Amino acid sequence: MSASAGSLRSDRPRGRWVGRLFYGFLLFSLVLGFATLGALLVQVFLEGYKWVDLVLFLEPPSADPLIAGAEPAILATIFLGVLLILFTVPLGVGTAIYLEEYADRERWYNRLLEVNIQNLAAVPSIVYGILGLAFLVRGIGLGRVLLAGAMILTLLVLPTVIIAAREAIRAVPDSIRQGAYALGATKWQVVWRQVLPAATPGIATGSILATSRGLGETAPLLLVGALTYVSFNPTLLGEFTALPVQIYQWVSRPQEEFRTLAAAAIIVLLGILLTLNATAIWIRNRYERRW
Amino acid sequence: MATREAAAPQPLRLRASRRRWGEDVVKVVLALCAFVSVATTVGIVVALFVPAIEFFREVSIVDFLTGTEWAPLFEPPSFGVLPLVAGTLLVTVCASFVCIPFGLGGAIYLSEYANRRTRRILKPMLEILAGIPTVVYGYFALTFVTPRLQDIGLPVGVFSALSAGLVMGVMLLPTVASISEDSMAAVPQDLRDGAYALGSTRVQVSTLIVIPAAISGIIASFVLAISRAVGETMIVLIAAGGQPNWTWNPLEAVQTMTAFIAATGQGDVPTGSIEYKTIFAVGATLFVMTFVMNLISIRLVRRFREVYE
Repeated sequence: MSASAGSLRSDRPRGRWVGRLFYGFLLFSLVLGFATLGALLVQVFLEGYKWVDLVLFLEPPSADPLIAGAEPAILATIFLGVLLILFTVPLGVGTAIYLEEYADRERWYNRLLEVNIQNLAAVPSIVYGILGLAFLVRGIGLGRVLLAGAMILTLLVLPTVIIAAREAIRAVPDSIRQGAYALGATKWQVVWRQVLPAATPGIATGSILATSRGLGETAPLLLVGALTYVSFNPTLLGEFTALPVQIYQWVSRPQEEFRTLAAAAIIVLLGILLTLNATAIWIRNRYERRW
Repeated sequence: MATREAAAPQPLRLRASRRRWGEDVVKVVLALCAFVSVATTVGIVVALFVPAIEFFREVSIVDFLTGTEWAPLFEPPSFGVLPLVAGTLLVTVCASFVCIPFGLGGAIYLSEYANRRTRRILKPMLEILAGIPTVVYGYFALTFVTPRLQDIGLPVGVFSALSAGLVMGVMLLPTVASISEDSMAAVPQDLRDGAYALGSTRVQVSTLIVIPAAISGIIASFVLAISRAVGETMIVLIAAGGQPNWTWNPLEAVQTMTAFIAATGQGDVPTGSIEYKTIFAVGATLFVMTFVMNLISIRLVRRFREVYE
């Protein structure tokens, strides 16, 4: 939309100056964001790229930075990612189907449920850590295990998955449902055979994006005890550390070498998250239909 | 018409001929999935407030909320939460100085100045900023921003509220930009066209027409960003310091509520000890603060949706 064709241009110099200053400020706002992103990536890569090697991928952490690796942490993060998808997708999609297809909007408890989910999406992640510490680690005595970490991250990303799945389900046109009903399908047959297949690309994209966000989380894992020295590969009910926690551990050491190691681990973490995000975007572009 | 109605033998029965138990089971299972979210909220409230109430049996709530010294491990201990709250607010104010003006500036550019193609490229690129793990921002604040602040002659140490706050502000910039841009996009084009027809410049349309019309969404984005800043942990844990500090000077190191919780909760604190309970007392304070802000933000977003959609 262009309002200022040549002859309509303001000829008052003051107005033009204000316009230029304002435009400069707006451009600077965006440049600030992109410049920071650029500086961050350059800083991480320049410091860390030399240390992204087989030692990092195949060795356990060590007090000697030269032989320290992040194998247990990398494997645990992949393990957590698989568990997150397994836990969040059924729960999140189930909740989304309930809210979009079954719930009566007029009922107070369904409206409360909606506000509740919106609010949960904005609860600080450390609070989920406290929940995990109080209930899972100490309360039911699960201990500081990978499963506890996966469960807490599940609760953390669940609202995001629900919101994404609801949008995908809402985007399926009503005519598809009506058509199926007209052929005699029951409600569940409509949902399972028509609505869900049509909404799958949107749900997959949203779930993968939410998972990648969950895998980058550090604070809740600190409280469920991921900040430990682990030299063995992760198991479901064993102690664990995750890649972001390992990065935090290395960043907080004073020695320069550990900072370099942290930068190398950040490259690996960003690589994992970038792969997940790229997959999500690919699925969206490849399979998403517009009605 | 009347004859045809009379010809119909009896009204068609549209109900199912028999009860389908499978359908009922499905509905119950789905409702149970939804119940997990409710249980999470209940769990959070119970997990925070039960130990917090126990804590307040041992420590007076007035001392907690008005004391200016936080030293739970000293002898005698003192439990004044104000230094932690002040640390949190100090970092939040630093972050707001970045994310509010520049987030809004970015939103105005995307909504009022950029053409559709530029917007489709720039908006997802800006979202990348929100997708980078906070521990990475912490690393960036400590190893890049703090040395640059020292280079320009600011007397900051290794840890400072300023460094953590500035980085957090950039991290929150897309939050403000994205939600504000959504609400500006919801402003009807007629309002803009009317103003242009009266001879307004683009600056005037942006500041005098679009911003007031989208104000509830814009304020919602500010409130949400501030709530995120208050609840953010890793950046402050890495870059803001580890000592409670009753100060308003952003160049000093401070400890925030979240950093205290993370620092105490990551160790082997004995269950039931007063130190263990401090996690929950501070956590409950944090939860109440962010909860109120989130509700305000949700309410405001709903308002702009109602007005124009």
